[in-house]
Amino acid sequence: MDMSDMQAIKQHLIDPEICIRCNTCEAICPVAAIIHDTRNYVVDADKCNLCMDCILPCPTGSIDNWRSMPRVRAYSVAEQLTWDELPPELTSEQLAELGVATDAPPVDAPVAQPSSSAATDSFNCAQYGSTLPPWSAAHAYTNLYGPKSAGKTITASVAGNVRVTAVGHEYDTHHVVLDFCHLPFPVLEGQSIGIIPPGVDASGRAHHPRQYSIASPRNGERPGYNNLSLTIKRVLEDHQGQPVRGVASNYMCDLKVGDKVQVIGPFGASFLMPNHPRSNIVMICTGTGSAPMRAMTEWRRRLRQSGKFEGGKLMLFFGARTKEELPYFGPLQNLPKDFIDINFAFSRTPGQPKRYVQDVMRERAADLAGLLADPNTCFYVCGLKSMEDGVVLALRDVAQQAGLSWETIGAALKAEGRLHLETY
Amino acid sequence: MSEMNYSDKIPNNVNLSEDRTLQRALEQWQPNYLKWWGDMGPDDSQNFDVYLRTAISVDPQGWAQFGHVKMPDYRWGIFLNPAEKDRKIHFGDHKGEDAWQDVPGEYRANLRRIIVTQGDTEPASVEQQRHLGLTAPSQYDLRNLFQVNVEEGRHLWAMVYLLHKYFGRDGREEGEALLERRSGQENNPRILQAFNEETPDWLSFFMFTYFTDRDGKFQLCALAESSFDPLARTTKFMLTEEAHHMFVGESGISRIIQRTCQAMNERKTDDVAKLRAAGVIDLPTLQRYLNFHFSVTIDLFGADESSNAATFYNTGLKGRFEEGKRMDDHQLKGGTYKVLNAVGGQLVEKEVPMLNALNEVLRDDYIKDSIGGVDRWNKVIEKAGIPFKLKAPHKAFHRNIGALAQVKVSPEGRVLNDAEWKANVDNWLPSETDRAFVGSLMGRVVDTGKFANWIAPPMLGINRQSTDFEYVRFN
Repeated sequence: MDMSDMQAIKQHLIDPEICIRCNTCEAICPVAAIIHDTRNYVVDADKCNLCMDCILPCPTGSIDNWRSMPRVRAYSVAEQLTWDELPPELTSEQLAELGVATDAPPVDAPVAQPSSSAATDSFNCAQYGSTLPPWSAAHAYTNLYGPKSAGKTITASVAGNVRVTAVGHEYDTHHVVLDFCHLPFPVLEGQSIGIIPPGVDASGRAHHPRQYSIASPRNGERPGYNNLSLTIKRVLEDHQGQPVRGVASNYMCDLKVGDKVQVIGPFGASFLMPNHPRSNIVMICTGTGSAPMRAMTEWRRRLRQSGKFEGGKLMLFFGARTKEELPYFGPLQNLPKDFIDINFAFSRTPGQPKRYVQDVMRERAADLAGLLADPNTCFYVCGLKSMEDGVVLALRDVAQQAGLSWETIGAALKAEGRLHLETY
Repeated sequence: MSEMNYSDKIPNNVNLSEDRTLQRALEQWQPNYLKWWGDMGPDDSQNFDVYLRTAISVDPQGWAQFGHVKMPDYRWGIFLNPAEKDRKIHFGDHKGEDAWQDVPGEYRANLRRIIVTQGDTEPASVEQQRHLGLTAPSQYDLRNLFQVNVEEGRHLWAMVYLLHKYFGRDGREEGEALLERRSGQENNPRILQAFNEETPDWLSFFMFTYFTDRDGKFQLCALAESSFDPLARTTKFMLTEEAHHMFVGESGISRIIQRTCQAMNERKTDDVAKLRAAGVIDLPTLQRYLNFHFSVTIDLFGADESSNAATFYNTGLKGRFEEGKRMDDHQLKGGTYKVLNAVGGQLVEKEVPMLNALNEVLRDDYIKDSIGGVDRWNKVIEKAGIPFKLKAPHKAFHRNIGALAQVKVSPEGRVLNDAEWKANVDNWLPSETDRAFVGSLMGRVVDTGKFANWIAPPMLGINRQSTDFEYVRFN
């Protein structure tokens, strides 16, 4: 994958088989990108600015269709007007031939989130976290490269580096793809790797490795390739507005395609996803804690697309300060509801009370209770340390309100490797 | 009554919390409305939690908020589309003048009549459909019915807002009368005849929402052009909701067709008796229902020659469909239009002044639009490989209003004598037997994710939910 791959677009299309030609989308579109003839309503890819204003008002859902296409090959208005049905999605092979990377960009949110003040003194949430993977986890390779291994480090080359948040002055977030070429580096969703920044620190010693969660599924950021992706946030200013230079994150964010990076790992043998049919995954995260959630979601999406795996329910609770801080907010919404149930919590929407992930979890108590009671459900929490208490307390309250015994459930979650906490 | 928190209970963008006069009027009206909903709204449903869409503001994000609510607690809001700065009147005698922000005295009576006629259809259809919940083919469909019902209720609110705000005491009295008339009641019926007919079964409901709510769309489109700006802005916002109603109709019929075609292919038969025995609705019966609803609905556009229509247009009260997109002088003084007439037992086209033919113009636009959906239904049949085509009947078929009411005409457009009509009417319009058969299929299916045998599940759920989502919680 190289930067020219980014010339791909997600083309917005209307399904002519479902559309009822009600004109709502055309009336609401602020940039007049939607037009019609007596046959079809269509979107002009040159005009559509992906503002999504037309999505909710559409009574049929026909408006919500997307195809990965090279920009230069986008379906024209004239072509769309002749359609009786949507063309099939191009396969990843076809797209690869056209020079398009097949994966949607990562889900990420550079956000801090305090925990609920309701955390009680006596409640020690960490005791419920498992140190074992769920029974159907795949075997994880760990420490293939490191100080105690035969190979001290492995060299990866940078295959892509894109900024995924709008330019801000407090921070920015990058999606970095590393390729291992022919060297072995097998990984699973939920694992992490270490990056060793080059050079030495102020006292003349080599930098410590920095750990990052893998954001891509086991078969590669691009399926079938020996690569993986990371979500990296660098802070540009501290709370007083002083410039900050994080060593590793700056190093990573400034990488160019083709640069070489020293990597160790993989790490992690318990924060792993279940792989048996009908297993449910509840994901709770803030900020770059979304990386493993993206990996797991994407793996399940690929399995589902293959039609050979019967997945269970996926439920995501995702905290951010404001909607504007969610890079790729749009594509995340485009995952079908019957595939993943996505819940956002925005803690800094002007004029609205702060909402944290645990607040939204309590609102969804009815559904969470069902999942808590199901032994096929695994829970994953990833993000800032401060969210841990609030989240586990919310799970406890949801269980208790549903008449379930938290003692029993909490113990089972731990013993069966079904509750994983990874916070920093 | 106790103090009401208006901004909470009645989402609005008309500054309700600071308008004392309007508040007082609504204080009177709102309890009566809820009482009407309790008496005449959907049967036995007051305690259900229904997954409904509520508009809380007019921007794209705000007007479609989904969540489970009890229908009597639905937040019926008052919304006007955002004002267009310095909007000018763009048709009729006042063309080029500023749009009216208040009702001009000389047009008061006509405007009130237009608003009351439109407003009257909204509670009427809720009344017509109130028993349907008892025979819903699925939770998904039940939810769609209720969504249509609460939005018809909101459309009533929208019209009552105009009456209260701009028509003083007369308006308040008309507002009350809207809650007093009853669909099908002999001594105090609804104003338009089509809204006094029963909606006896779900096939009729889907046909009604496809054809008759589409009439609503065209009327609203014509009113959205009005020189009276608050009416134009109100109806523009109503159109976004009307779209959902037509979706319910179009997709409902489409799913019935899909199921029928599936049964035809499984059994390799087009034998009506066999298909009925298999519990699906045969295509000829669908055609007869289509003929009925199409013809009854095109009557709603009024007489083909009408001086009222001319007056409404000249005075700028009601425009044509997509008036703003048309390329003519928007005054139509010298123009003519061809309307169909019956002369000596023959259908003949007659050229009449365009202004007097505006009902016919709107009707013809409607026909073009509704035939599009019929073609899309035919695609479903075609895709199943079945050689059958549904057809909209001739414009003169089964008409009860205007010049064509005097002749009997076949669906193909051939003028008939009484004997021919009588001999064939059961082939063209739903017979008692047809209605009894369709009625016999109507059993209640409301287990989550289950669908009645005569209808296919939808391709997509509501708001991207799955089709086995719990759309209604029965408590």
